[in-house]
Amino acid sequence: MNKAPHESAARAETSNGATARGGLGREQLLDLYYYMRLTRSLEERLANLYRQTKVVGGLFRSLGQEADAVGSAYALDRSKGDILSPLIRNLGSMLVQGARPVEIIKQYMAKGDSPTRGRELNIHYGDLVRGFIGQISQLGDMVPVMAGVTLSFRMRGEDRVGLVYVGDGATSTGAFHEGINFAAVQRCPLVVVVENNGYAYSTPLSKQTAAKQMIDKAIGYGVASEQADGNDVVATYEATKRAVDRARAGGGVTLVELITYRRKGHAEHDNQSYVPAGEIERWATTNDPIDRFARVLSSDHGVAASELEAIDARITAEIDSATDIADASPMPEPADALVGIYADPPAEKPLWFREGVRAAVEVNERPSSWGTHDV
Amino acid sequence: MSEITYLEAIREGLAEEMERDANVFCLGEDIGAYGGAFKVTEGLQSRFGEARVIDTPISEAGIIGAAAGAAHMGLRPVCEMQFIDFISCGYDMLTNYVATARYRAMLPCPMVVRGPSGGYVRGGPFHSQNPEAAFLHTPGLKIVYPATASDAKGLIKAAIRDEDCVLFFEHKYLYRRIKETMPEGDHITPIGKARTAREGKDVSIITYAATVWKSLEAAEQLEREDGLSVEVIDLRSLAPMDDDAIVATVRKTNRVLIVHEDTRTGGVAGEITARINELAFEWLDAPILRVTAADVPLPYSPPLEDYVLPQTNDIVKAVRRLAAY
Ligand SMILES: Cc1ncc(C[n+]2csc(CCOP(=O)(O)OP(=O)(O)O)c2C)c(N)n1
Repeated sequence: MNKAPHESAARAETSNGATARGGLGREQLLDLYYYMRLTRSLEERLANLYRQTKVVGGLFRSLGQEADAVGSAYALDRSKGDILSPLIRNLGSMLVQGARPVEIIKQYMAKGDSPTRGRELNIHYGDLVRGFIGQISQLGDMVPVMAGVTLSFRMRGEDRVGLVYVGDGATSTGAFHEGINFAAVQRCPLVVVVENNGYAYSTPLSKQTAAKQMIDKAIGYGVASEQADGNDVVATYEATKRAVDRARAGGGVTLVELITYRRKGHAEHDNQSYVPAGEIERWATTNDPIDRFARVLSSDHGVAASELEAIDARITAEIDSATDIADASPMPEPADALVGIYADPPAEKPLWFREGVRAAVEVNERPSSWGTHDV
Repeated sequence: MSEITYLEAIREGLAEEMERDANVFCLGEDIGAYGGAFKVTEGLQSRFGEARVIDTPISEAGIIGAAAGAAHMGLRPVCEMQFIDFISCGYDMLTNYVATARYRAMLPCPMVVRGPSGGYVRGGPFHSQNPEAAFLHTPGLKIVYPATASDAKGLIKAAIRDEDCVLFFEHKYLYRRIKETMPEGDHITPIGKARTAREGKDVSIITYAATVWKSLEAAEQLEREDGLSVEVIDLRSLAPMDDDAIVATVRKTNRVLIVHEDTRTGGVAGEITARINELAFEWLDAPILRVTAADVPLPYSPPLEDYVLPQTNDIVKAVRRLAAY
């Protein structure tokens, strides 16, 4: 496995490369490119595996949203122990925090040595050490959870920040409202990133909220706001970085709206019949976040095409080997299903009709008569 | 008349009721032009208009609460949960507001909450749930869970006409796997009445939803291999529960297996067992047994899901034990 390249971020601070917008050095800019490209290539590999029916459940893509995921997560400080909670379009954010392709592929393939041992699907997993907490499907639920995570930072006087993602659709949930309001009142060091990608499944933004823009909601909650072009990775980074700095300095919650576009359907099976003709193509040809950033790298930072090709090749090699490892991994042992509901007991007992366990009626003593007069 | 699927039967029932009564309307996430995540409501918006097939924000508490308000005013809302697993987000509205409305405030809530339920589809812990037991414990809610296409149609129509809130669980594994010709005319399946899915005299299986089919499969195997005559009762309604049908089958076979897909502890089988204990104890020749899911969140990976959920073999094993008792 390759060394997680975000480790180079620390070095970039002292490198002599020209500093870009947002104070990012050359190596950091290449990091951003790497993570966006890794996200896309990994999802393309997953789409292949899906077509080969090696993905057990559904497949969720973030095509066209790689910049918003990567740029925002990159604004956190991993050396300080910042934590984020991703949503289904945030594969890129998890990769920035140190998730590896082999884990993702094993998750999708429901393997026994996947991070959740086959219990949960797709990118629903987390690792507190690397700084990400796994989502559940119920939209909005992670907002109050992250309010509590960041409350703990504040209570313990830790210099840490939390970040939680929600889609435009998820802002309609009660949990979103309660979570952001709680965090606002408690002045938790929390960044709430609303990824406004135009659709929630088939529902356009206009049917999700009557607000003109998502940042208008910040006013009602009494929190700061930032808005950025989510397809510009550096702009996304800058806006989120301001929010992260504010949170770390004790300034409380910021609602960050990143404007982007979901080019694939809700999941792989969705034919996007509800999308006006030409809309997807327009975003793909004129506003692809990776194409845009590659052009900036070449024109403003003198990055040669060969340099990007070398990164692409490294990514392909990593995904190839991850696929081989995941493919060869075993499925879980059936009885592992019973392990770990509670700390104590460590496992449930198998039901009697499984595993040859005898029924209670056989195990329990029976009276010799009909029971009435037995002592 | 041609055969239609369980899913199409629900759609046909919805359409007939919307046709019959202008007060009936549907609301839910992505149910309009898109036709819903599983396409149950496909075509209804173009037929009945946007005012009667409403795409809502992602707000289950809002959907259920708004339905209650509309129902107070004489409308007949049918709410879709995109997956029934998200009904928990509206749990407070359902159990505290809707379920108590008639009793505490004489405010009727004639409304339906429906949605794709159940496992066997590799949906993982949040797209496979069977939450009926959580609501069985709440007086004021009715609960139906059809196993056949004709009952799916008959019960959705009955649910819409009912004067109280009915939770209509539809099994997503059955959506496109079973087909049936619909009975002629205005077909209604009464709420609160069980169905004998198979006659038998040696052992009774009491079940509902997808495990009706697993029980029928087991019954056939047991007849073939053991010469056993197994009766299968499909409850269809969990609240109210058909005590008469339960007692009748106990008196007939004297041996009872209860099968359900939901987890075991605090599940529907426990309630049925208690009723038999109270109403027909003297008619039993063997202890009542249960085949249910294990008490764990439903895992995603096929070997794990298969292990946790009840399978035909488990039912065969349990019936053999009862027959030998
Ligand atoms: C509480 C809840 N209700 C319904 C769903 C079903 N659902 C899954 S994703 C989705 C749309 C999400 O849209 P959005 O939040 O905008 O995120 P996006 O998919 O656009 O990234 C819906 C309705 C859910 N997961 N949780």
